[in-house]
Amino acid sequence: MDQKELGLLATKEGMTQIFDENGFVIPVTVIKIAENVVTDIKTADRDGYTSVQIGAFETKEKLLNKPEIGKFKKNGTKLFKKLIEFRTEEAADMAIGDEVNTEEFFKDLEKVNITGVSVGKGFQGFVKAHNGHIGRRSHGSKSKRQIGSLGAGTTPSRVLPGKRMPTMLGNEVVTIEKVKVVSYDAEKRVLLVRGPVPGKAGAELKIKAFGAKAWNHKNKRKLALEAA
Amino acid sequence: MNQLIKEIEAKQLKEQPPEVRVGDTVKVETIIQEGKKERSQYFEGLIIAISGTGVNKTFRVRRIFQGIGIERTFLLHSPKIRKIKVIRSGKTRRAKLYYLRSRIGTKATRLKTIQNAAMANKSAKKAAKVKDDAKAKPEATPNTEAEKAAE
Repeated sequence: MDQKELGLLATKEGMTQIFDENGFVIPVTVIKIAENVVTDIKTADRDGYTSVQIGAFETKEKLLNKPEIGKFKKNGTKLFKKLIEFRTEEAADMAIGDEVNTEEFFKDLEKVNITGVSVGKGFQGFVKAHNGHIGRRSHGSKSKRQIGSLGAGTTPSRVLPGKRMPTMLGNEVVTIEKVKVVSYDAEKRVLLVRGPVPGKAGAELKIKAFGAKAWNHKNKRKLALEAA
Repeated sequence: MNQLIKEIEAKQLKEQPPEVRVGDTVKVETIIQEGKKERSQYFEGLIIAISGTGVNKTFRVRRIFQGIGIERTFLLHSPKIRKIKVIRSGKTRRAKLYYLRSRIGTKATRLKTIQNAAMANKSAKKAAKVKDDAKAKPEATPNTEAEKAAE
């Protein structure tokens, strides 16, 4: 089984810049790859599908509930805060307690998809949330950052559903695709990618290889059609 | 700052960063890649600001070319900068010399040169040399005396 089918859990450490071999500056995000341990392997016989469950970020016993602790103890692994599952094509040739080989994962890997929770911006007005126009600031203007008209009057005499209004902004799960990998240090488990990633420093991230087969519903159907 | 980031940045820094100060008139030699050929380009002017820290430390050079002010910002630690030659050191009373932008003509770049600074630098070096020499001498003299005695 290819390690690239799996994904990794990591933390964002922050941003900096480095010089490339031509002397140009590349803005980079520093990502620390967590220790990713296999906590469960699902098989077609037992679970109806094949997948690998991975845990990361060690935690204390008091922060977990009994069923969670029970499962970790049964499998004899450390206690993890976060669990994540990746579907695989065939039954995985890994065992519970194995660590994901990050060196193999990043070997010849140029682009990754990174999922994280974006920075929360709170409740924001129309202008910031939906990129609206601002009104005149002087000459007695009463619409400096107003939303404007909400729609027609007597007909339909209601606000149509979906009307964009001030709203909570950020703090949602975002995936950015095709993020360029600048370098990976397997010893220190430090990944450098070009440009920003969601969240603030310390945020938890999920990293998948770009182009790895997504074993979701759509792809499965497509593959079935191709086979037929 | 994050320890990991510090480590990464430390690798990017020059071991001996060029010494420049606000008020210095400098000639900056940068490398330009043209296909496979390398060429040097020079930019001469007055340093009007130094800002940032670590890898992001920059200095801003202003020169007046054909009556028009040109400013260029360089990254101090950039490998593209081959050499920075300090031509003159000026005496300044502020960290940013943005007020020079509103000046026209010869006043625009004229600062009181610190002969002292240049001299001070030189004299400091001399002093250091003298010290070194002084250190070297006591060892040398007994030898000569010994040699004389031997003669």
